[in-house]
Amino acid sequence: MSAASTAMRASNRRLLPEGRLEGPLPWLIAIMMFLMVLAAALGLGLGRAAASLADALAGRVTVQIVEGDPRAREAQARAAQSELGRIAGIRAVRRVDDAEMRALLEPWLGNIVNHGDDLPLPAMIDVDIAPGEQWRLAAIGRTLARIAPAARIDDHGRSLAPLAGLIASLTWLAIAIVLLMATATGFVVVLATRSALDTHHATIEVLHLLGATDSQIARLFQRRIALDALLGGAIGLACAAPVIFLLGLRLGALGSELAGTVALWPAAWLLLGALPLAGAGLATIATRRTVLGALRRTS
Amino acid sequence: MASIVQFENVGLRYGTGAEILSDLSFSLARGSFHFLTGPSGAGKTSLLRLLFLAQRPSRGLIRLFGEDIVTLPRDRMPLFRRRIGVVFQDFRLIPYLSAYDNVALPLRVAGVDEAEIATAVNEMLAWVGLGSRASARPATLSGGEQQRVAIARAVIARPELLVADEPTGNVDPDMAGRLLYLFEALNKLGTTVIVATHDVHLLERVPDARTIRLDRGRLDDPAGIVRTDIARPLPRRPLR
Ligand SMILES: Nc1ncnc2c1ncn2[C@@H]1O[C@H](COP(=O)(O)OP(=O)(O)OP(=O)(O)O)[C@@H](O)[C@H]1O
Ligand SMILES: [Mg+2]
Repeated sequence: MSAASTAMRASNRRLLPEGRLEGPLPWLIAIMMFLMVLAAALGLGLGRAAASLADALAGRVTVQIVEGDPRAREAQARAAQSELGRIAGIRAVRRVDDAEMRALLEPWLGNIVNHGDDLPLPAMIDVDIAPGEQWRLAAIGRTLARIAPAARIDDHGRSLAPLAGLIASLTWLAIAIVLLMATATGFVVVLATRSALDTHHATIEVLHLLGATDSQIARLFQRRIALDALLGGAIGLACAAPVIFLLGLRLGALGSELAGTVALWPAAWLLLGALPLAGAGLATIATRRTVLGALRRTS
Repeated sequence: MASIVQFENVGLRYGTGAEILSDLSFSLARGSFHFLTGPSGAGKTSLLRLLFLAQRPSRGLIRLFGEDIVTLPRDRMPLFRRRIGVVFQDFRLIPYLSAYDNVALPLRVAGVDEAEIATAVNEMLAWVGLGSRASARPATLSGGEQQRVAIARAVIARPELLVADEPTGNVDPDMAGRLLYLFEALNKLGTTVIVATHDVHLLERVPDARTIRLDRGRLDDPAGIVRTDIARPLPRRPLR
């Protein structure tokens, strides 16, 4: 940047007195930015939860062999385990051993699960299907029907589909709210600019007659409104950040693996921090377009 | 002699009203000094507004600095306006800027650097007797002081054309003489000056000046003097 143009910008700034515009603009922007940051945080958190849910569930099915006769159950389980391992696209087949299952059930059934073999437990086999190989489920079903008629397939993806769908809808809702807030901020800035143009009508006329260009005049307003937007954005972010942080702590306290993934990671915080800057940029553009449009229309 | 301003059959009406100015044809030679007189409501301010590009005529042709300004595109206006200094009848000082900043405006608009501005503005404020009021807001200045700020602002950028509307209406005769001297000094440097005034004493103080009389929107020029402008030629000053 040349010294001449720096001097030019410095002197442009002093065509009108320094300082911000009067009025509630920074507060309005603070409120919008607060809501926008919350919605964005929600969107980011849910987006990640959806991704990790999908990751965890995609291609995970559990086969249960519900058979009263322990010997038949054991035979079918072994047959299923070895046959399933031969189907292409299946990554891993793992028998959930009895001790593990008893541990899983104990909270529900109490100590009776540990009283020997009296309590018939189904045999469980975890099957990991490679990504994109979901269609193999049918093959699994056919194989099991042949060798283990007592088998039931528990498809986690299908049983948790409503939850995944809910999370996806909430994510889209959050994105929509962020976009609506950005649009509303743009309109608020347009209104504030129009009212500032009205207030400074006489001054603008004099500046024009002294040879100021539309662009010079627009820059005066841009600077002010960008400052207001930046201030408002900073306040909004400062209020939203602790709210998000505390919500994150509460989610963490739920102890659930899924809830844990909703908490924000550092890059997400950076993204939220960039929102006020983006808001100020948006405000600058909206102001410039409004001023230039209004000036062209009036003379 | 090249004319800096040229009017041909210019007419002006505001909205759908009657014509405020009719059939104006005259030219101002570069470097000339003119007074514009006429009764109140004759259209002096309206004519000057055409000159400083605040208004386009309803009909006729106006050439300024050799270019047709009736059809001048909007984006070329600023550079034309920077060549013109204006003293508005109602001053039009910017209320929240100090006297200093008001006077500095034309230089800042033109992107002159602050050091140069400081020298020029302080010198000019001292000349109009307001050296000690540089930081005062217009509202705290007397009418005459505001008028002097307005004049300082009009001449600070050494315009090629100076348009002054009743520039001495609010000052005492001594100050009027001093301000007129400022206009003459600028004129000697090559600026074309046109001053609208009611003050007949002012006319006498600039013997070389020509007078354009306006009456109910028409030129009162039976001898056809301004039509065939014979104002003395002056050497051109190189302009920034
Ligand atoms: N914006 C406007 N709209 C309508 N009519 C106007 C406007 N400005 C001026 N006029 C009319 O034009 C006529 C000339 O006005 P102008 O201000 O040019 O007169 P003037 O010679 O400068 O008067 P004065 O010596 O009192 O300043 C007046 O009758 C006035 O009412
Ligand atoms: Mg007038």
